[in-house]
Amino acid sequence: MAASADIIDRCQHIFDDLHFRAARDWKAAVPGRFVVGYMPFYVPRELIHAAGGLPLGVLGGGDQLEVIHGDAYYQSYICRIPRSTLELAVTGRLDFVDAMLFPSTCDVIRNLSGMWKILFPKVRARYFDVPQNFSDHIGGTFYIHELTELRALLAELAAHAVTDDAIRASIALYNENRRLVRAVYALRARMPWQAPAAEVYLLMRAGMVLAVEEHNRMLDAYLEAAAAEKRPMRDNSRVVVTGAFCEQPPLNLIKSIELAGCYIVDDDFLLVNRWEKSDVPAEGDPIAALAGAYLHNSVNMAAKYEPDEERKGLHLVEAVRRTDAEGVIFACPSFCDPALLDRPMLQTVLARHNIPYIAFKYAENSGQMQPIREQAGTFADSIKLWSEP
Amino acid sequence: MSGSRTAEIVKEASMLKQKTMIAANYDLLAGAQATGRRVVSTFVPGNLNELIMCFDMVNNLPEINAIQNGMRKKSGPLIQEAEKRGHSEDVCAYVKADLGMIARGNIGPDGRALPPPDLLLLSYTGCFTFMKWFELLRQHYKCETAMLHVPYEGEGHATKAMIAYVVKQLREEVIPKLERASGTKFDIDRLRENLRESARAEEDFVWVLESAKHRPSPIDAYFGGVYYIGPIFTAFRGTADATDYYRLLRSEIAQRIEAGAGPITPDGKAHPERYRLVVEGPPSWPSFHEFWKMFYDEGAVVVASTYTKVGGLYDLGFRHDPDRPLESLAEYCLGCYTNRNLPSRIDLIEQYMADYQADGLLINSIKSCNSFSAGQLLMLREIERRTGKPAAFIETDLVDPRYFSPANVRNRLESYLQMIEQKRGAIAAAAA
Ligand code: SF4
Ligand code: SF4
Repeated sequence: MAASADIIDRCQHIFDDLHFRAARDWKAAVPGRFVVGYMPFYVPRELIHAAGGLPLGVLGGGDQLEVIHGDAYYQSYICRIPRSTLELAVTGRLDFVDAMLFPSTCDVIRNLSGMWKILFPKVRARYFDVPQNFSDHIGGTFYIHELTELRALLAELAAHAVTDDAIRASIALYNENRRLVRAVYALRARMPWQAPAAEVYLLMRAGMVLAVEEHNRMLDAYLEAAAAEKRPMRDNSRVVVTGAFCEQPPLNLIKSIELAGCYIVDDDFLLVNRWEKSDVPAEGDPIAALAGAYLHNSVNMAAKYEPDEERKGLHLVEAVRRTDAEGVIFACPSFCDPALLDRPMLQTVLARHNIPYIAFKYAENSGQMQPIREQAGTFADSIKLWSEP
Repeated sequence: MSGSRTAEIVKEASMLKQKTMIAANYDLLAGAQATGRRVVSTFVPGNLNELIMCFDMVNNLPEINAIQNGMRKKSGPLIQEAEKRGHSEDVCAYVKADLGMIARGNIGPDGRALPPPDLLLLSYTGCFTFMKWFELLRQHYKCETAMLHVPYEGEGHATKAMIAYVVKQLREEVIPKLERASGTKFDIDRLRENLRESARAEEDFVWVLESAKHRPSPIDAYFGGVYYIGPIFTAFRGTADATDYYRLLRSEIAQRIEAGAGPITPDGKAHPERYRLVVEGPPSWPSFHEFWKMFYDEGAVVVASTYTKVGGLYDLGFRHDPDRPLESLAEYCLGCYTNRNLPSRIDLIEQYMADYQADGLLINSIKSCNSFSAGQLLMLREIERRTGKPAAFIETDLVDPRYFSPANVRNRLESYLQMIEQKRGAIAAAAA
């Protein structure tokens, strides 16, 4: 049995590698393979897999990438992920990527889809729309059409049809992936000292680069290893981190929150790997199954409309209850309209439910962790004070 | 899209008419609670004014309130009020100007209280912030909200599936909620009649925009243009008043063309045209006149602008069509400027540069607005590459006065105009 440290070492290596060698190797191993990059927050990875492609999560350059060219494309008041993503591409780090998908997260990612078309005409760049109307015969019909168009694009890349059987098989594999991801999250919520947030994050990041089959094995191994090892339990407070669904926080930020005395028991870092709240049906019409799952069984977040005012923000309250958390940390990227506009609404709901929170902003390359550590430390202390009888 | 000052300075009949129209709409809003008129709040891009009129509802446009407050220099404290209440300094200032105004008693730009909406009509065209904005208002007002999701033209065109999606939402989501909120039954013939009226005004509106192809241009298609779009982008499209306004405007401009005159400015003077520019991006409202003056003092005339297309690209041929009422509304929403992908936006600017014989492109990049701003530096490069003409970049904000630095803007503009001059000199030397 592999030790969790060995597994996490491998994940760290994948995380640090801004040339995506694991994905390059995957592509080179069999002629005809192709890679489809996607940005946060969600694309139906099953379809890419069913076509024989590798879905590659492109999540910016983190704090290790020096951004030179990317800054020439963006004003100072725009968040960092589009500029570091362009940097990755302009410097050839994404030269093995055959297509890029830009989900409808915000205006920045939306416009980046058009920039990609102009700057990298050989790459198939596509804005991937999702419905904001959740009726099957309205939003569902539209979404099925979007999925069908994506399926056609993937068939072109694959040079063969993407069959229903192949999609069903991929759905089953991704169901397994989601089950394992949820199991890791559940383990962390139960015993956060056994599965520290930085480890869980690295493990999930590896799933953005590795083929799903390999990631499933990795998750399985980690679950087994993490359960077997005994690690010291600290007297930390338990928090949910929210607002970080797109531009990713630096790994040090995640570590700093825990070092400051907060166990992260839930987060929204990489929602794509648990977007659907339970299994997507692997029988019947697979496109209809994916559409139905999006409409009726997916998580809430700022880029998705909440039709029912009464339900606005309750997902966060439910996350707090489900994970036994004691507070919420709003960690939002600077200049992130969706996250920052959503924040006051969510805070109102939390206040109504007497759930304490704090908020700060970050950039993927934030270096100074001291203020965040202090803020999180004070929060952890105050939670303990409040919870004392 | 109209301010208070210009009508005081310029006595053209069209300006006075527009001022009266706007004041009348604010009267309706101020009196809504007394008269029992139902109120719908909605956005400018992709607005459904012809449909709203079928239900006799009064149209309240939060963006217009923010603009009006901006032009009256009232927006700064409102934005700060919203920030004090936990709204981030990073997000769109229109939203904060609106939330700040509501927090301070919802006193509208004309000093009278605005009524709470009976319906929030969230037509989600060209900007993601709209959705958050109305979710915020919904949390405050707890009123009914109709979402109209208009898909983005990511591949540069509207597909049949997109049109069908919007039409279905109109039929099954928007119209029933309008019926409920207003207590009035939908009458499609009334909609057709309103659309027919819109199309009449749209013809004259396009004529006005295209008049800038003349030399000298009789209009400024940005600073003047924001007045010209007023009726057609807001609560008046589909009314006889709007049709009359554009007819009047057209006749005034026709006279200017005949006289070989340039645009009318707030100073009233004609300034000889020295530079013809295309402008991308919204203006800065609190410093609107100061900003404009920097241009006309130098003889710089804007001959085409993209901001005047946020509420529809009529000059590319779109007209509301009474024979296909709902489809036509869907196509209208889909085709608004910021709902078009970046390559289409760049193509459009390139086309304007040629059609309007422009000397260059100026981008006014707005801190608030990712929908416009993300990608503008690539636009600038592309336009320079494709046209060989110089482009320039200015950074300001829509309604947040903290982000308008007059000295910087003036310096940028002056050096840009010098650049155009040098380029002209070089071309003349090469030709000699
Ligand atoms: S960080 Fe926020 S604003 Fe930036 S691209 Fe992501 S969602 Fe958009
Ligand atoms: S982001 Fe831009 S388009 Fe959207 S509401 Fe703000 S100013 Fe308007």
